[in-house]
Amino acid sequence: MTAEYLLRRIGVFFLVVWGAASFNFILPRIADVNPIEERMSQLASRGAVSSGNTEAMIKHFEKRFGLDKPLWEQYVRYIWNFARFDFGFSIAFFPTQVRSVISQALPWTLVLVTVSSLIYMFLGMALGALVAWPGASRAFKLLFPPIMALSAIPYYLVGIALIHFFAFQLEWFPLGGGYTVGSSPGWDFDFYLDAAKHAILPALAIILVSIGFSAIQMRGMMVTTQGEDYMLLAEAKGAKSWRLFAWYGVRNAMLPQITSFALTLGHVVSGVILVEVVFGYPGIGTMLLQSIRNFDYTLLYGIVYLVILSIALATLILDLIYPRLDPRITYAPRS
Amino acid sequence: MTTAQPESQGSMFDTTIEHQEGSGFVRSLLAPLRWMRDYPTLWAGLFLLAFMVLFGIVGSQFVDPELARAGTVEIDLSPGQTVDYRVKGEDRSAFSVLGTDSQGRDVWAVTMLGTPLTIYVGFLAALIGMTIGTVLGFIGGFYGGIVDNFFKSFADMLITVPVLMILVVVAVTLKSSIDVTQQALIISAFVWMWPLRTIRAQVLSMRERAYISVAQISGANTLEVIFLEMLPNLLPFLAASLATAVATAMLTTIGMDALGLGPQNQPTLGNTIYWALFYSAPFRGIWWWWTPPVLALALVFGSLYLITAGLDPLANPRLRRQV
Repeated sequence: MTAEYLLRRIGVFFLVVWGAASFNFILPRIADVNPIEERMSQLASRGAVSSGNTEAMIKHFEKRFGLDKPLWEQYVRYIWNFARFDFGFSIAFFPTQVRSVISQALPWTLVLVTVSSLIYMFLGMALGALVAWPGASRAFKLLFPPIMALSAIPYYLVGIALIHFFAFQLEWFPLGGGYTVGSSPGWDFDFYLDAAKHAILPALAIILVSIGFSAIQMRGMMVTTQGEDYMLLAEAKGAKSWRLFAWYGVRNAMLPQITSFALTLGHVVSGVILVEVVFGYPGIGTMLLQSIRNFDYTLLYGIVYLVILSIALATLILDLIYPRLDPRITYAPRS
Repeated sequence: MTTAQPESQGSMFDTTIEHQEGSGFVRSLLAPLRWMRDYPTLWAGLFLLAFMVLFGIVGSQFVDPELARAGTVEIDLSPGQTVDYRVKGEDRSAFSVLGTDSQGRDVWAVTMLGTPLTIYVGFLAALIGMTIGTVLGFIGGFYGGIVDNFFKSFADMLITVPVLMILVVVAVTLKSSIDVTQQALIISAFVWMWPLRTIRAQVLSMRERAYISVAQISGANTLEVIFLEMLPNLLPFLAASLATAVATAMLTTIGMDALGLGPQNQPTLGNTIYWALFYSAPFRGIWWWWTPPVLALALVFGSLYLITAGLDPLANPRLRRQV
């Protein structure tokens, strides 16, 4: 990995993050809406907040965003705040900070995305590898088409069907939410068990759909791997079948999955957000829906910025560790 | 992309050469059948998609659009019941195939009208995005330079960003209600990246091939090379890219709709899902509200998947020998 590549890649990361922050700054100004004032008057007309409070809030935001200052100064201030993850107060949950609203929701989403991604990658790679392996049972070949058919359908539509069959009809799982209402989130085992029970269906929706993506790529890579000379050599040397499969085949075929995972991460997260909406899961997605319904612009911009930043960061990390994992890949300049 | 591909790209005519038998006339009559035999996946996908499009277009002629509006029928009736329609103050009752939802819409009418609307948004957005991506891909592949560099890097960056997030910000900030065409236009700004990458890579590798050089030496100008030499060979790629782009665009439109940011007062499938979720239909066991839109979407997505998978052996001839 050359220093030039490293610098360029990190530069791209900052460009994406800067773009996301600037976008949030520029758009309301192009559209010529003042979301905060609008929202305040809306709230006041509904009697949701007393007018004295409203004025205090408007003043607070004006001071905060420096709306009396020239545009470039507002912009610099805005970017600086976003760089420090300071998104100000949530409009709907005033006077709670956007940062603390998000930090309550973030762990739920992080755990859901990470665990279901790991499971679907594992199952998908196993299935894809076995389908392509001549010595494997035919059962895997029969399993392949229905899994591929599922992969065409968005997660959350599968999620709706899962709720109906497994939560509503069979009553095996709770109906939505992240934990039983009334129980207080804590560090004890019962709470974790309860949370895990609530997470199974949302995770299943993601896993069932994503296995197909992972499996078909793995199948392709396994087929390619089988044509390689080192496989022939290993076989000639008398390596056992399982060793050929796992050590020579799977190990080499699974690495390119990292790249495709990095590329589809944005797509996965968008899907997870909608899965959360369907299940009422207390993560970023449900928070996003709430901010949309409440016209809570500060919370909305904070969420969108953080989601884009996390994905950009994850992609950056995957890109940087990839050449370490796969020695066949180098970022050295082609000469 | 690999550079060494001895076979001609997307050689659609291989099959007809392989199976030369019978007289010319009979053969030309049987040609479509042979195609179906050789590419069953592709044809299954095309038939399914055509069926869904016709289903919506023909079906929507036979339903009263009034019934797809809230408050026109009794609420929460399960399929097969006789329903009192309160349309325009008329006092009549009729058989309801798919029941009614909690806001007083007829689910059959909603599904019939919503399916073509959602497919329309997907296709319009994808066609515009494809056009942008293809043009940029050709320019980039042919001329390279700063413009190519800019768009290539921009596309690479945009691909990793969750597009739905950007669209949510746009829709919430602008807040003005949009119609289906405007929604398609907004989405089209985010589906050009994959076509650009695919087409650009193909043009780059194709540019070095002998037959392109021959055409150029024979005095063909750039446009002739693009339209007569390259485009025909790229057809399978373009078709596969289009199918993928339609799926992406549809995924985005129902995603926006499901967050309540879709075209208002339009019975799109995504909006139907939004309202079904809003009224907790899956949790209350009102399955006839969400099953029709979910099933219709699953069939459309399935058909697009079959088309993409079926085009794969045409786009990548080397895959034909696999598995």
